[in-house]
Amino acid sequence: MPAYFAERAMASRRRILVTAAAGGFAAVAETLLARAALATPAQAAALLAQLGKGKPREGRVNLTAPAIAENGNTVPLTIDVESPMTPKDYVKVVRIVADGNPNPGVATFHFSPVNGRAQVQLRCRLAQSEKLIVVAEMSDGSLWTTARAVKVTIGGCGG
Amino acid sequence: MADYIKPRVKVPTGAKPGEIIEIKTLISHPMESGQRKDTNGKIIPRKIINSFVCTLDGKQVFRAELEPAISANPYLSFCLRAERSGTLAFAWTDDDGTVYKTEEKLTLA
Repeated sequence: MPAYFAERAMASRRRILVTAAAGGFAAVAETLLARAALATPAQAAALLAQLGKGKPREGRVNLTAPAIAENGNTVPLTIDVESPMTPKDYVKVVRIVADGNPNPGVATFHFSPVNGRAQVQLRCRLAQSEKLIVVAEMSDGSLWTTARAVKVTIGGCGG
Repeated sequence: MADYIKPRVKVPTGAKPGEIIEIKTLISHPMESGQRKDTNGKIIPRKIINSFVCTLDGKQVFRAELEPAISANPYLSFCLRAERSGTLAFAWTDDDGTVYKTEEKLTLA
């Protein structure tokens, strides 16, 4: 007899656990839906437009990012801009934008010829799978850009 | 000022004049994004480091403006063409106006 009842008790406990888990998922889904609206690619483009006049050209900027980021809270990025970094020709500003975060801006970096190489490493948060866009402004005013899509398994930015 | 916020900097030693060196910086800081909510559903106010400046003997060599999309304990590395020895000063500015500072000697071979 004890074995039978124990079996019954366990079965009902299992059911409770399953129900609880389902409830948990529903709660998570709800918070996801209730989360503040995320930025759109258009907002990201608008932010980038403030950086400089003219249309950025593809090239000269290299962005190294993982294709799949397991944790959106720390996504390692390396940005490298091809430039001789001489007083006549150097990288002035580099701006990074993520088009699916609550706020599209990520960071802005200011360089000068003393840097020798326009390279920077950082770790950023990504709320979801989205596109990172980097725009570099050279000392002659020309703009160069690159973009890279990153798949995020667990989003950062809290919620 | 919070005691848990501690800057750490790594500057390579013995670089030849003209060599490009990589300077690595890290500061322990929560970088509270202002998006998260506490257990009562109230939004935790934003508190991030919004700017970082590195100077060599008082002259700016690198500056960064950071946004909430930067991870907690912000790590930054950048390059510098080492022309002469000097003192590198690093300053991180918090949203509340606090400036966390550290210094490191740059010694050339």
